[in-house]
Amino acid sequence: MAGRRCSFSAILRVFCYVSWLAFIVAESQETKLNVDRRAAAVDSPHTDTAGRVSEQPAAEETPGQQEPAAQDTVVPSSATSFKDDFQEELVIRPLHSGDIYASFQFRTLWETDFMSGNKVSHYRLYPKSLGQVISKFSVRELHISFTQGYWRTMQWGQPFLPSPPGAELWVWFQDSVTDVDGTWKELTNVLSGIFCASLNFIDSTNTVQPSASFKPLGIGNDTDHRFLRYATLPREIVCTENLTPWKKLLPCGSKAGLAVLLKSEKLFHSSFHSQAVHIRPVCQDWECKTSSWELRQTLNVVFDLHTSSQGKREWSLFKMFSRTLTEACPLASSSKIYIDVTDNPEGEQFEVTPATPLLSKAVVLGDRRTFSVYDLTQQITFGTMRSLNLLIRWKTSEGDMLRPLLHAERYVAGYGLQTGEIHTLMYNNHPYRSFPVLLLDSVPWYLRLYIHTLTVTSKGKDNTPSYIHYQPSKDRVRPHLLEMLVQLPPNSVTEVTVQFERALLKWTEYTPDPNHGFYVGSSVISSLVPSIVAMDINSTQERPLFSSFFPCKEESSYFVRVYTEPLLVNLPTPDFSMPYNVICLTCTVVAVGYGSLYNLLTRSFQIEEPSPGLAKRLANIIRKMRGVPLL
Amino acid sequence: MAAPLTLLLIVAVTIRAALYRSSLADLISERVEVVSPLTAWKRVVEGLALLDLGVSPYSGDVFHETPLIIYLFHFVVDYAEITFMLADVITAVALYMAVMDYNKQVFRKQKFALEADRYPHDCLELIRTPKEMYYIPLKVAMFYLLNPFTILSCVAKSTCGLNNAVISLFILSTIKGNVLLSAVFLSLATYQSIYPLTLCAPALLYLMQRQYIPVNFRRASFWWFMAQYGFMYLGSLSVIVCLSFFLLGSWDYLPSVYGFILSVPDLTPNIGLFWYFFAEMFEHFRLFFLCVFQINVFFYTIPLSVKLKEHPVFLIFMQLAVISIFKSYPTVGDIALYMAFLPVWSHLHRFLRNIFLVSCVLLACSALFPVLWHLWIYAGSANSNFYYAITLLFNVAQILLVSDYFYAFLRREHHLTYGLYLKRKDGSEATLVLK
Repeated sequence: MAGRRCSFSAILRVFCYVSWLAFIVAESQETKLNVDRRAAAVDSPHTDTAGRVSEQPAAEETPGQQEPAAQDTVVPSSATSFKDDFQEELVIRPLHSGDIYASFQFRTLWETDFMSGNKVSHYRLYPKSLGQVISKFSVRELHISFTQGYWRTMQWGQPFLPSPPGAELWVWFQDSVTDVDGTWKELTNVLSGIFCASLNFIDSTNTVQPSASFKPLGIGNDTDHRFLRYATLPREIVCTENLTPWKKLLPCGSKAGLAVLLKSEKLFHSSFHSQAVHIRPVCQDWECKTSSWELRQTLNVVFDLHTSSQGKREWSLFKMFSRTLTEACPLASSSKIYIDVTDNPEGEQFEVTPATPLLSKAVVLGDRRTFSVYDLTQQITFGTMRSLNLLIRWKTSEGDMLRPLLHAERYVAGYGLQTGEIHTLMYNNHPYRSFPVLLLDSVPWYLRLYIHTLTVTSKGKDNTPSYIHYQPSKDRVRPHLLEMLVQLPPNSVTEVTVQFERALLKWTEYTPDPNHGFYVGSSVISSLVPSIVAMDINSTQERPLFSSFFPCKEESSYFVRVYTEPLLVNLPTPDFSMPYNVICLTCTVVAVGYGSLYNLLTRSFQIEEPSPGLAKRLANIIRKMRGVPLL
Repeated sequence: MAAPLTLLLIVAVTIRAALYRSSLADLISERVEVVSPLTAWKRVVEGLALLDLGVSPYSGDVFHETPLIIYLFHFVVDYAEITFMLADVITAVALYMAVMDYNKQVFRKQKFALEADRYPHDCLELIRTPKEMYYIPLKVAMFYLLNPFTILSCVAKSTCGLNNAVISLFILSTIKGNVLLSAVFLSLATYQSIYPLTLCAPALLYLMQRQYIPVNFRRASFWWFMAQYGFMYLGSLSVIVCLSFFLLGSWDYLPSVYGFILSVPDLTPNIGLFWYFFAEMFEHFRLFFLCVFQINVFFYTIPLSVKLKEHPVFLIFMQLAVISIFKSYPTVGDIALYMAFLPVWSHLHRFLRNIFLVSCVLLACSALFPVLWHLWIYAGSANSNFYYAITLLFNVAQILLVSDYFYAFLRREHHLTYGLYLKRKDGSEATLVLK
């Protein structure tokens, strides 16, 4: 019992920290916004500690560089009480594998309050369809992502915004909602219409209520997980029909600004494509007296350089998106392109043209990164050609990446269609620090998990999870939910195994291609990972001595969410062509049983009298008619 | 007689203990023929693990044992092997004693009938001798303990063995004429798996026969006895049910155990008729066929009781067989229980019509189960129809076996009344037919 209490306190501490971080981030975002508005040359005090949660390289402008005072002319200051603000951003990171990672972020802020329940009917930049959804279903936070392909953490590092393959939806409802399941059902159907996706397949069999892994990212401290719903559809295929409605939510559509680059024929010709919508309440100002709604639309794409450029290691906006940029979205208060040049301080790895004097430093995912900044709201960015076509030309093909501190993989072991075992491997690559991770597994009911076979081992020893939340499945009603807090020892692999049994389903419950197998959604691993900056052993060389004795608190850890591969599991199948035959044959056997017992129960033994021959019987009939005695 | 029984018990326990120590134990405990979702040991352990995690075992759909089983294994989980061996030993000893007592009565009755000169004179060769009856109890115990089906069931730690022990204790107390214990064990067996409910008919018939109460609806003594037994049965059943409620503090187990047995949501293959039928069933006929198939088990009770009201022990055998064929999650352990009674009816062998064919089919099917399972699940070269075909054949063979014994029993009774060598009117040798 003592052990369990101890673990509870540990987990509480982690959660407090996570929510505190989210809060800090929201605040720092706000300050940044205000600072931008005032268009001052900032020596901003904020350091974006958990860039992970903000999913945006929160830029800290280097002192001395003049920020243009153009925003106020772009955004007409309206006299109404509802003020909207729109920002767009593209981050390009050349990956060590030679691929290019492009991450679009569009943020619409709306200073209004749905929570207080007043009806809002005037919409400016904020998309009306989503605004109505939020107010109708009393949504507090909504996160939805559609992903095609799997993010290869070991080759590409951590993404700015992690998402599992397929569709993922998690929603926090306001605590005024009484029938959460009914609202959730309606909401998924509405979203299915808005995004042209099969979200209507989300029902109770794939919805879970995680107790710890998904905390609200916006303001608000209510974390009662009765108001949280989480569902994934690992089989969802993402394509153009999902992109078009997503683009329509943008204030400029795909007519101007960064969104002109979003051409589906190029975006889907890539190794990885993920688009997401995040809605959450954030603070309006530093005091956080009033809240506003933030809509963050993100699109991450990884282009495979080798297949699309005939062996030349060269990349340009035009090559990848078949468009160049000519203007910012006129409605945007800020429109920027960042190129990650951290690994390229002297330009020995690759060369970026046109060059830019603007540099920005930010802490992203616990690492200090440097970015070249192109501000699209300034005409000078587009040069004499009046169009911006960024070009990156690699000079060398080598280069190695710092291994991600946390990554995970998962597979199914065993053979045959009766039982199996799910193995989840979690790697902690930190040389000397251990950290706790929260593992969330949601397994469909037709793989019957046996929780007593759960083993967690690291370095060949048992590693007992300090917190386990397990909800067994109900057939055809709800999935298994397994959440646990595991401490990952430094420089180790932790293996979580659990055995399952494959169920035989009714023939109507199989998918149209049953022998393809059934998908099991990704496990979610959430963790506070020690910062790479803090990991730097030689930090004393560059920094002043007084700053380096104790590890800096803000930079010591950052929040990471890692998704594993979805699983594809085969189930035993009945013969789909046989229903009539099976019904007939089984009923025959039952009838044989019934018949033989009925026979013995109702009849009695009698001596068999030989039946007379045919001629004799005929003669008897004739005799009967004649009225003479029978033979 | 005690010495051979002791020897038999030692041999049986040794075989089981050896198998527990071998690598076969894991293999056997996964076999779908041996364990069903209701009786699998893996699921008992899972239920205990869920309790340890602070989750109600009935909140999920893995655990379907009754609360008393959890309570039992809460204490003896470390001695599970001994518990299951003990259960088998109890079953065998109870059956041994029951059959010994029953044989004594059969012999006494036969003696009275002979003294009253009630048998036709050519029936002397149907008369049973003490010599041939002497070894029957031992054979019954042997048939149960050394039956491969029982051994497999015990090695797989299928809780079916415990249900069998309860049922055999019920049979013993009924045959010994202990009304209260009979009602208590019957309610315990019902509590474990509903279906033994139908055994109350033979129990009532037997107890009334023993107490010389005529089975006559117009007699007050008949109704008085029925009420007594019913009161004891329902009383002990409600005590057990309430006890289970207080053990876990909720009624969750009722839908999870009995709803699961009756509505057959788990279609894991087994040797019964339900799994493939309901996997292939059209959704809108599902409820109808579910009712038809479940009623099937209870349906034969009344006609069989009417027909066999003079022979309640044979009725018990028939009921056990019907249950094990038509229940929703049958395992080989259920079959082993009614097969243990076969030596009791060894005097019927001269009237059995197709025992050779049936036993060949049963043997062949038992061998083919694992083969076709392997081909379907592991090799992928066969499909579910193959395994299904074998379950069909296996069930047909069981039905033929039971109806054959039933036929033989009725025929012997007929001969005991009308003589063995029947003649036609014209004096030639006659053949008997059912009409």
